[in-house]
Amino acid sequence: MIERRFQLRWPLGASGSLLMLWALPVILLLAYVLPFAGVTLWSVTRPEPGFENYVRIVTGADFQAIFVRTAWVCLLSTAITIPIAYLLAYYWVMGSARRSRLIEICIFIPFWISVLVRAFGWVVILRNNGLASDVAAAFGLNGLSTGRNVWSVITGMVHFMVPFAILPMASVMRKIDSRVLLAALGLGCRPLGVFWRVYLPMSLPGVFSALAMTFIFSLGFFVTPMILGGGRVVLTAESVFVQMFQTANWGLGAALGVVLLVVVFAILWLSQRVMRIEQLMSR
Amino acid sequence: MQRAIIEPNPTPPADSKAASPSKPGSLLQHPNSVAAEVRNLRKIYNVGSPQAHEALKDVNLSIRANEFFTLLGPSGCGKTTLLRILGGFEMLTSGTCRIFGEDVSRLPPEARPVNTVFQQYALFPHMTVRRNIAFGLEMLGKPKAEVERTVERMLDLVHMREYADRRPDTMSGGQRQRVALARALAPQPKLLLLDEPLSALDLKLRQKMRLELKSLQRETGITFIFVTHDQEEALAMSDRVAVISNGHLQQVGTPEDIYEQPQSRFVADFIGESNLIEAKVADSAGSEAAFDIEGFGQVQAPIGQRVEVGQQVWLSIRPERLVLGAVHREGPQATVTDRTYLGNAVEYHLRAGKHALTARSPRGGLRGRQDFAPGDAVSLGFEPGSIKVLLS
Repeated sequence: MIERRFQLRWPLGASGSLLMLWALPVILLLAYVLPFAGVTLWSVTRPEPGFENYVRIVTGADFQAIFVRTAWVCLLSTAITIPIAYLLAYYWVMGSARRSRLIEICIFIPFWISVLVRAFGWVVILRNNGLASDVAAAFGLNGLSTGRNVWSVITGMVHFMVPFAILPMASVMRKIDSRVLLAALGLGCRPLGVFWRVYLPMSLPGVFSALAMTFIFSLGFFVTPMILGGGRVVLTAESVFVQMFQTANWGLGAALGVVLLVVVFAILWLSQRVMRIEQLMSR
Repeated sequence: MQRAIIEPNPTPPADSKAASPSKPGSLLQHPNSVAAEVRNLRKIYNVGSPQAHEALKDVNLSIRANEFFTLLGPSGCGKTTLLRILGGFEMLTSGTCRIFGEDVSRLPPEARPVNTVFQQYALFPHMTVRRNIAFGLEMLGKPKAEVERTVERMLDLVHMREYADRRPDTMSGGQRQRVALARALAPQPKLLLLDEPLSALDLKLRQKMRLELKSLQRETGITFIFVTHDQEEALAMSDRVAVISNGHLQQVGTPEDIYEQPQSRFVADFIGESNLIEAKVADSAGSEAAFDIEGFGQVQAPIGQRVEVGQQVWLSIRPERLVLGAVHREGPQATVTDRTYLGNAVEYHLRAGKHALTARSPRGGLRGRQDFAPGDAVSLGFEPGSIKVLLS
């Protein structure tokens, strides 16, 4: 047995292992840390040294509006994504073989299609006189504006995020022992009660991680709001793009980027804490 | 065999013949004494598909109130299926299933006066011990004060008071097992189903929990139906045992019945150890018959049922009832092929003609038995009444 373990030696040898060990930090350094350090430097040096850019972001009414809008759009799309993803995850894990197969096809094929293609797909469906407004008209809802507004953006974002939210929830659901559910039934609990009292509380850790993931994801959305919002629903990520590539205000764009990243880290830290408390609670 | 821990058997309300599965309905005259009853029960999985599998084949069984009843059999024999049908977790294909006289065949689990203790405990991981135990009581809509009182009583009953506010994932297997028992007992079910509840525990704890389970059953007076593949467990705890194999009920009886009076080769072989010898009826007179064993000689044994001369039968004899003696005695002989020291006994492997036999004897010269070494020739003796004649 011991000899066999030695046969499983890393094929590159000791120096090779060391190289591989350093590869990841080096890639991280080159691809993320250095560019970000540059961006941070821009934010306090362009157009001139100082915190001018940050002052503008914090005090400017236009940026406050963007932040408030971003927060709302992200909260709403997260709030819509989570229940949809929960239901789909539930049927994926608990449903019959055929049903879970169907869910796999419907969810994970769009998963591999580019964001851009999906956003334009929604444009086709949601544009004025498009499929959605035709359907609405068939139900007597005429003149419903469907294209290029907050709701189109949220629709596109939810569609994109649902598969991502399904995965952490499904992985927690898969670990739920079906005998625990049977035990609840056996103790006189009705099936709906089993869901509320046992299944839902047991799946909550998955919901929390899906929640954090979805919200953080939604903060960085760029292509979807740009295409489906058509410049009318500018979110933070898009405004970074506007500052940098349309008004050539590199310092301001950089500062916006830094603020966004700080917010993301703050949320990550907060969600980690919540999870830890949740873990402590379940001790 | 841990025969010493078998409790003195409470006298059953009816004679054990009446409970034999071949005579359905004989207990119906005492409906109050029947806790659970299945009639002509069949269960087929995947009916109509090529993978159809008949898990239970025409099972008839009556379980008395206040009985510690065990379903015993090898894995895959259908014992767990039967338990799940009683619990409502599995639908029967045909037949009836009654619990205290009420036909429950179509009732969902939550509507049955039955609770189950699952193999892996199946405790609610997000609830404290107290909340776990209270769950069933809350489902019955009991007033808060009563729920609290019952939970406290249950905590004492299973000695889990100091863990009342802990969650199950911080506790050991034995502690979880106790909580699972308390949770299932708290709503005072009429029937408690236990699905191999001790199989996940280590040996010492398992032996301790056996005694606890048995005394818990006596204290609460609740009918226990216990599923296990461990024959030692079954013999040690049960008032009566049903041996199941391949979807068939093989034999129902007290642990003594099952061990001393096996009615089939399967039971003789599965419960304890048996020497099974093929034989042919040489002569039959009344309750005695003589049997020819090829390359071995002739033996006498009492018979329970009619046999024809020339009929093929199986003879079963327990290793501890096979007596070895010095070779000068007349009668069947054998050669010792192996000797194993077991601490409290010595086991001899023997060859007699084409038959391989096992004999077990207390160490030393006890009861005049002497020790033998491999290669020794010995004469074989049988204690009176030790040979069982099996037709199937």
